[in-house]
Amino acid sequence: MQKLHSKQQQWMPVLFLAPAVILFVVYVVFPILQSIWLSFYEWDGIGEKVFVGFDNYIELFDDYQFWVALKNNVYWMVFFMLAPPIGLAIALFLNQKVMGIRAVKAMFFFPFVISQVVVGLVFSWFYDPSFGLFNKAIGLFGMEPVAILSDENWVTFGIIVAGLWPQIAYCMILYLTGLNNLNPDQIEAARLDGAHGWKMLWHVILPQLRPATFIAVVVTVIGALRSFDLVATMTSGGPFGSSSVLAYFMYEQSIFNYRAGYGAAIATVLFLIMDIYIAYFLWRMLKSEKA
Amino acid sequence: MFPTPIEKRSLPFNLSYRVAIWLSLLLWLLPLIAVMLTSARSTADINAGNYWGIPSEWMLLENYTLVFTQTPMFRYLLNSVLITLPAVFGAVALSTLAGYALAKFKFRGNVAMFATFIAGNFVPFQILMIPVRDLTIGMGLYDTATGLIIFHIAFQTGFCTLFMRNFIVGLPDELIEAARVEGVSEWKIFWYVVLPLVRPALAALSVLIFTFIWNDYFWALVLVQSDEVRPITAGISALKGQWMASWQLIAAGSIVAALPPVILFFAMQRHFIAGLTLGATKG
Repeated sequence: MQKLHSKQQQWMPVLFLAPAVILFVVYVVFPILQSIWLSFYEWDGIGEKVFVGFDNYIELFDDYQFWVALKNNVYWMVFFMLAPPIGLAIALFLNQKVMGIRAVKAMFFFPFVISQVVVGLVFSWFYDPSFGLFNKAIGLFGMEPVAILSDENWVTFGIIVAGLWPQIAYCMILYLTGLNNLNPDQIEAARLDGAHGWKMLWHVILPQLRPATFIAVVVTVIGALRSFDLVATMTSGGPFGSSSVLAYFMYEQSIFNYRAGYGAAIATVLFLIMDIYIAYFLWRMLKSEKA
Repeated sequence: MFPTPIEKRSLPFNLSYRVAIWLSLLLWLLPLIAVMLTSARSTADINAGNYWGIPSEWMLLENYTLVFTQTPMFRYLLNSVLITLPAVFGAVALSTLAGYALAKFKFRGNVAMFATFIAGNFVPFQILMIPVRDLTIGMGLYDTATGLIIFHIAFQTGFCTLFMRNFIVGLPDELIEAARVEGVSEWKIFWYVVLPLVRPALAALSVLIFTFIWNDYFWALVLVQSDEVRPITAGISALKGQWMASWQLIAAGSIVAALPPVILFFAMQRHFIAGLTLGATKG
């Protein structure tokens, strides 16, 4: 970076930044503050806003549906964490130079490229209680058919599996790139020392893959907390709200129940949870920036 | 290279590996393959519950023709194009300017501004939903493509600025400094020196956010409601309600919706992956 000399150079960065910053402030930064402010009001979305202090939050913490959604978000986060290790396993499996491997890798990545709405439809068919492939498969093992998406106990896990499909593909690509950039000298040296298999993976390869792991974990957590599309397309939160997550619960309350203030309170809680990860990511990013 | 290159193993091992990768791919894409087959099924097959076998009668052309003539699918597809292309262009343009300023100029608040762009990119959509919806309604842009485009530009600018800034930081200062000594104006430096150098990053970024915006569903639900404006993601979902029993049509529609990003990905694979993993090699 250089010092600025002339007047022109002083003003240029402002001009370069202005359009992006203005739009970003109007559509992202300011709305966040507005939502937090709105969470202290009772509002149907059209009429007058009435200040109610912390009432929305008090009601929220008494709302059974809120805890169901929160619990489901925790399930999402926990089970989504399977994506990085499975992605790594597939990446290791595919990290060879044989004919057609490029095409295979590309096609393994497909689930991430297609819309989650389509993924949701695909898995709804997969789980269909009368004809779905899932029930045909478990039928082979002599099990009774299960209507995954209308069973309160199974529905969230069914949706999470659908979400894992693209998420694993994403982690796989991150690790494939990481494996491409390994330091060959270190691996050769370790090989000469007799390291191989699990030992090699754990002590030599994984430490070198740390940047990929970091990104994989961050995007997976954010993905789990953002889950909306699949819940909306596969179940609309049902049956009886049992598969709802905070993102969908918020949408439902604000759009269908006309409770914008209450919705804003849900969004604020989700935002606060997400902030932990955002702060961690920023801290890591800026730290590596200084180094 | 890790794991050990397969060429060093025995011949049978090699052969079985080559078979195994294709088999596992088949298994991995099974749900998708089933949808493709379903999009070629006849109503009789659907009614008989033949969802997974080979179609008894191939209705590929008929089904896709039906989707395009009997449903607003063509309109949805066109809407998606009309929304996605300007949004990609706008977000990439704004963030290249902003990324350059953040990467190559020193001023107070630089890091704070950069951090805000990064953080904004990760926030849950729901915290923006009500104010953005109100703002869009207030400007008379509710249920218009413009309303959706402006929002996408604004939101994607966060990720794009992070991306462009990190790319431009790596460009040598000397080039810019040399031009400055020559007395070239700042705008011309940007246009003639910086822009040609960031071309690969522009390609990577465009491909990547094309798929992000194309696949958006949430904002299509929140900011748009009529068939005239609805992009294909929200369109498919609406069709699902209306054509409950005609799964072959919904399947065909799903394939149509999935195709553009898949084709783009295949055509620009290198750029796409470079874009996706730019942050993953450092950080």
